[in-house]
Amino acid sequence: MPTSTSNFNFHGSVSKSKWFQELQAQAWNSFLKLPQPSRSDEMWRFANLKKASLEKFVEASKTSEVAEILRRSQGMNDVAAKFVFANDQLLHLEVEDLPQEVLCISIEEALAKHEELFRQYFMQYEARLGSQKFAMLHQAQLRTGAFLYLPPGVVLNKPIEIWHWVEGVHSAIFPHTLIVVGEHSHVSVLERFVSLRQEPTLACAMNDLVVAEGGCLNYASVQEWSSQTTAFHMNNTSVSQKGRATSLQLHLGGHFVRTESDSRLLGKEAQSIMLSINPAVGEQEIDQRTFQDHIAPHATSDLLYHNALSDHARTIFSGLIKVEKEAHQTDAYQKVRNLMLSDDAEANSMPGLEILADDVRCTHGATSGELNKEELFYMMARGIPPKEGSKLIVRGFFQTVLDRLEEPHLRHCLEELLENHLF
Amino acid sequence: MKTDIQSQIEADRSVGDFRYDIDYAYDAGVGLSEATIDYICDVKKDPQWVRAFRKEAYRKFLAMPMPTHWATKDLENIVFENIRYYLSQGQAPKRTWEEVPEDVKRTFERLGIPEQERKFLAGVEAQFDSEAAYSNIKAAVGEQGVIFVGSAEGLKDHPEIFKKWFGKVIPTGDNKFSALNSAAFSGGSFIYVPPGVKVSHPLQAYFRINAQNFGQFERTLIIADEGAEVTYMEGCTAPKFETATLHSAVVELVALKGAKIQYITVQNWSSNVFNLVTKRGLAHEDAEIKWIDCNIGSRLTMKYPGVIMKGRRARGEVVSIALAGDGQHQDTGAKMVHAADETTSNIISKSISLGSGRSTYRGMVHIPKHLKKCKNNTECDALLINAQSRTDTYPAITVRGQGHSVQHEASVSQINAEQIFYMQQRGLSEAAAMSLAVNGFVNDLVQQFPMEYSVELKRLIDLEMEGSVG
Repeated sequence: MPTSTSNFNFHGSVSKSKWFQELQAQAWNSFLKLPQPSRSDEMWRFANLKKASLEKFVEASKTSEVAEILRRSQGMNDVAAKFVFANDQLLHLEVEDLPQEVLCISIEEALAKHEELFRQYFMQYEARLGSQKFAMLHQAQLRTGAFLYLPPGVVLNKPIEIWHWVEGVHSAIFPHTLIVVGEHSHVSVLERFVSLRQEPTLACAMNDLVVAEGGCLNYASVQEWSSQTTAFHMNNTSVSQKGRATSLQLHLGGHFVRTESDSRLLGKEAQSIMLSINPAVGEQEIDQRTFQDHIAPHATSDLLYHNALSDHARTIFSGLIKVEKEAHQTDAYQKVRNLMLSDDAEANSMPGLEILADDVRCTHGATSGELNKEELFYMMARGIPPKEGSKLIVRGFFQTVLDRLEEPHLRHCLEELLENHLF
Repeated sequence: MKTDIQSQIEADRSVGDFRYDIDYAYDAGVGLSEATIDYICDVKKDPQWVRAFRKEAYRKFLAMPMPTHWATKDLENIVFENIRYYLSQGQAPKRTWEEVPEDVKRTFERLGIPEQERKFLAGVEAQFDSEAAYSNIKAAVGEQGVIFVGSAEGLKDHPEIFKKWFGKVIPTGDNKFSALNSAAFSGGSFIYVPPGVKVSHPLQAYFRINAQNFGQFERTLIIADEGAEVTYMEGCTAPKFETATLHSAVVELVALKGAKIQYITVQNWSSNVFNLVTKRGLAHEDAEIKWIDCNIGSRLTMKYPGVIMKGRRARGEVVSIALAGDGQHQDTGAKMVHAADETTSNIISKSISLGSGRSTYRGMVHIPKHLKKCKNNTECDALLINAQSRTDTYPAITVRGQGHSVQHEASVSQINAEQIFYMQQRGLSEAAAMSLAVNGFVNDLVQQFPMEYSVELKRLIDLEMEGSVG
């Protein structure tokens, strides 16, 4: 039954798992019942709700561009595993010799062979940064995705690469990635989101990152949707004692991009590092909502978002650090910087703090400024034209964030992509 | 550090926590209706346009929802129909303290108002429930052409200046409580400072709530003409009642070209008062408006003084100190609207939460399109004393276009245990050490208050800190 606000239909689950079938049916009902975000909704303050509309989009059908997509899915040279999805279909999966018990499989396979394990982690947290409705749509419409599971004590030296493609006018996809890093395990993952052509599409993606005690995850996502794409990127990260999750998002495309990054610090000395780079151009609207939820004491979270705004671009940053009653000795940082490159660009910042414990160190900052004229002058004096000079400054502005990504493979790959995008 | 807390000493609030019985000649009864508004208009002999203004505001008040989608649910505990909207002994304020009725006079004497007036003020207005009991301005200041009267007198005797700006900076429908104030307003000050006049001493208003279940809705309008300068201070107290009391003021400031207005508030309502106040200034070219705001009392304060910088190079500033003790919620902040090129705003906010107190900073900085060289600097620091204390920071900053410089910084911390240890080593009690550390935290802001106030503030903070360490 299509709804008034969307053209989606629920055809029932593609999975044979009874549990999953029921879950998807329930999610569909929740999606229908939940209201559309409205103007007075604090979680959607400043957002252009028209741009978040689901109208026109329909479930993507099977792609006929398999060869083209596989040809273009060239990322890092040396990977431990590589997934290629297009229009919510697994086109390709290659896996090197991985230690036994490591799972690097599609969600269909996870449901068929490892339901109990998958069930334990799949969407265990409710979306709470405004997109409950879209999370339910995602859950109901989900057809495939990647499931990575590292049992305790496994270190993968090479990264894992996951591609999600979309093609077809008004096609909608629902990419899902679930990464579970076991105790003292270590893995790096690069996720790529790409449009095949310049056309209006919808992506409603979710990636859940679970890091167990002492585990370490380096995660980066690069989004290159077409400039007519509406995208929701929902992320839940949970980190247990002494675990460490670093997550960097590089957003290069999209018309309306809403990102919701929700980090839970569940154990002592857990660390969550949340990074984002956004060269926003044209009519783009990038809507960032973040949550650093300190549930356990002695944990650290550190957020750094850099936005460079050109043309008519618009960004919204709304972040919250919450320190729960028991979370003493919390160290939490949050910083958003907006570099304004045009008179028509608009940056909205809402950095928030809610502190319920007293023995804490929390700071946040938000700045909006222009290019440093002295730096530009210095470069011009050395023969670098102003246009080139300003690009270099922007590049440097983003490098500050990239440098925070310690994993060299991911960092180099992102540096190259950014370089190609800017110059 | 300390997780246990003893009950807090209310010593500081005891200053205002007394009450003498008063016979009111005018009483609008309980609840608000069109009839209540007619009663207020009749008693005050309002002109017809004011009656129409009030009724229109009343309709808006009824139509507007409580802002609980972003504000605290505690607002729902205000029972509008239980409140008394107008109480007075008469509408004409006295010019000398001798003429003020004995029962009202001893209240103000106990609060030290006449003494302060003699010492350092250029003029005083003392409001008792709905109306000013006393209003006087020093002859020398009056001779410069400065007008300092109650709002009712202002609208009757100086309509040409009053009407031009009344309700222009804060429209009736700005929020539910500004609508309520516009419907029921009574008391407050009207000040006009002629071009080039610099009032050397502060003008002061003192607001006293004496009756139970009362709602005080004073309305203040201050206009500083071109190149004029004025400092206005307000203080307030109420006895502690069992039931909730409402204070909902609207304060509008207009600084014309090159004028300077400084508005100082020391809010020390008793802990049963809902203090929901709308304050905003309009700064023209090269003008400067500065709000110095200190909130120590009340059950819930929601107050975000604002400046609309309408002319080039206008400046706006908010300096805010909030102290939230047990059961209190200080929801304060600032609003800065840049509406011209090269405008500058500065917000400094420091809050202290102790016991189960909660302090909240809410800020809005708005730099719309096609302006050049606007600057904003915001600093919010919060100090948490006990494990149950809470602090929140919710700024919203919108910047359009390049060429501006905007920065916001906030930090939350607790008192440095090493500092306390060091002071205890040198023989200070833990409470004295805490007090000293807290005073150090707000010291640079306290210094911005006039001398008499800063001494008083330090004393208040000392008293408040007593008993907060277990």
